[in-house]
Amino acid sequence: MNSGKTVGGAVREWIDERLPVSKFLEDQLLKYYAPKNFNFLYFFGSLAVLVLINQIVTGIVLAMHYKPAAELAFDSVEYIMRDVSWGWLLRYLHSTGASLFFIVIYIHMFRALFYGSFKKPRELLWLFGMVIFVLLMGEAFMGYLLPWGQMSYWGAQVIISLFGAIPVIGEDLAVWIRGDYVIADATLNRFFALHVVALPLAILGLVVFHLAALRTTGSNNPDGIEIKKNRNLVGIPKDGIPFHPYYTVKDLYVAGIFLIIFSYIVFYSPEMGGLFLEHPNFDPADPMKTPEHIQPVWYFTPFYSILRAIPSKLGGVIGMGASIVVLFLLPWLDRCPVKSVRYRGPLFKIALTGFVISFLALGVLGTKPVTDLNTLLARIFSGVYFAFFVLMPIFSSIEITKPVPDRVTEPVIPLSKREGFQWRMIEEGLSALQHAPAYLYIKSILAKVSGKVSGSN
Amino acid sequence: MKKLIAAWLCLFIWGSTVAASEQSLDHVSVDVFDELSVIRGAAYFGDYCLGCHGLKQIRYSRLVKDLKVNEAKLKKTILFGDIKIHESIKSSMTPELGETVFGVAPPDLSLVVRSRGSDWVFTYLKSFYVDAKRPYGVNNVLLPNVAMPNVLWELQGSQRPLVESVHGEDQVVGVQLIEKGSLSERQFDSALTDIVNFLAYVSEPSKLQRVPLGKYVIGFLLLLTYILYKLKKEYWKDID
Repeated sequence: MNSGKTVGGAVREWIDERLPVSKFLEDQLLKYYAPKNFNFLYFFGSLAVLVLINQIVTGIVLAMHYKPAAELAFDSVEYIMRDVSWGWLLRYLHSTGASLFFIVIYIHMFRALFYGSFKKPRELLWLFGMVIFVLLMGEAFMGYLLPWGQMSYWGAQVIISLFGAIPVIGEDLAVWIRGDYVIADATLNRFFALHVVALPLAILGLVVFHLAALRTTGSNNPDGIEIKKNRNLVGIPKDGIPFHPYYTVKDLYVAGIFLIIFSYIVFYSPEMGGLFLEHPNFDPADPMKTPEHIQPVWYFTPFYSILRAIPSKLGGVIGMGASIVVLFLLPWLDRCPVKSVRYRGPLFKIALTGFVISFLALGVLGTKPVTDLNTLLARIFSGVYFAFFVLMPIFSSIEITKPVPDRVTEPVIPLSKREGFQWRMIEEGLSALQHAPAYLYIKSILAKVSGKVSGSN
Repeated sequence: MKKLIAAWLCLFIWGSTVAASEQSLDHVSVDVFDELSVIRGAAYFGDYCLGCHGLKQIRYSRLVKDLKVNEAKLKKTILFGDIKIHESIKSSMTPELGETVFGVAPPDLSLVVRSRGSDWVFTYLKSFYVDAKRPYGVNNVLLPNVAMPNVLWELQGSQRPLVESVHGEDQVVGVQLIEKGSLSERQFDSALTDIVNFLAYVSEPSKLQRVPLGKYVIGFLLLLTYILYKLKKEYWKDID
């Protein structure tokens, strides 16, 4: 302190001589240059981290009160909901967080498809992400058994019995996973161990790899160009800005918006009409009583639809597995040198639209009971889903792309610059709205109000 | 593109028809914040339901805290005998006795509104009709051949089934009052609303905390987000 140093500065220096904390933070935050034209699709990575932290923190406290035993599990969840101080809030934060995790991850993955973030040189980044996604599905599946409600029990029963369809070893494998001939106490206990220890550890480790790979290649951007190719005299990418403070403050702001939506669900609609917390799951698990209609939670329904669409059990299992495995192969299926959808040809745009629609439609179908019509629709949409991947090597090598600029452009392309009749229609619609009497009337009122507010100040 | 939009529209229309084809339920507007209604419901539950059905997930003391009733009032309505105030609300009927009497143990109703929905409970309790073939002389439209007798009979009166031929098979499609009970139809609906309100409260007592708290949390987050937005604007003003 006599040399003019603060206590904090001295402590930091003491630590830095022994562990390079400051250097690490500087390299990762101040010297990491991210493209300056990120749009809203680029927030979902940091939002995923936010939800992951929420799941871990709330999960730890829930595990302090939860009892992983078939006789006690259901009542212990209700005990958390009623007798544990703020237990209901922890439980709803955890259950809502699980669903929002998948919304965030699905949008994050869509972003990669949209702007070609999975393509060279980011193949490994994509693969790490895919492994996290698969682990996350396992984590959610096992977590869903823990409340030990009817849907927990029968959902797990249906999914684990699928392993029985594997030739020769199937039945033994299913028994090995369950630890019993049906879902039972042994299953619950091991799922608890995997849900709270094994899978979170694996996910956290892979998140580190995912981020390390991201820092190595650098982020992609809505134009799909490599900002590292255009550096200034000191070697800083011309289109890059330091991650901190620019993206830390932007991510914080978006986290605020996200938390408002999150809180709205937690406080006003935690069941989300039976999607986030399914109604039959408020009945305790009963091995003697099969529910009329067994369905997984909404985030598994696209894959569940593919399973049901294929007539044979083994075929269904293979189809469902394949629907996830093909995602891993994406970097090698896409032969187009252009990354971003902005400069890709109509073939890719049509294919991607078909894929997104079929994924959503399969999701809706997975929540519906099986009827002839539903099965037919599920088969059509499953076909579109797989066609997207199978035909990709063909359409991606023949599509006519547009010239890619050298430097990044807008985060969101303004309507007036977009080509295509649909944008002209939207433009006309908007201008008609702006000349509508109701719009002008509201605008004049707002102008008066804001005039009064600023006048009174 | 147009084809895709058309396909989407088809999907939505088909989705709404699927929803409409399910058995229609009478609607009850539940308000767990109506304390008086919840307390009246508790009294009905004590008189007509507690003999067979328990509410093991909630304690009597929680009712005292949440509904602002004292123990003396509780003793007159739902807390019978020498049960302690911190005990959970259990029926005096054991599952074994239930099985002997009804053939099946009456289920615990702590979460019935969350698993079945309030409209279902309301409609179910209204849908009993006279059926001499059943052990207790009544049957139910919503849950055919249910073991439960019509415990609210003295309030509601008796109903006869309205039978229609559906696909060549006789089906009970509705009920009609044939003998008046001690309450008028409107009074009975209001009593049922109280019972459903009480069961809705029991299924999630934390709703009384959850809903009022929400506006403060969201209000705080709105303010925080506004400040963070201004902060972001300030930092980003030099980025083109």
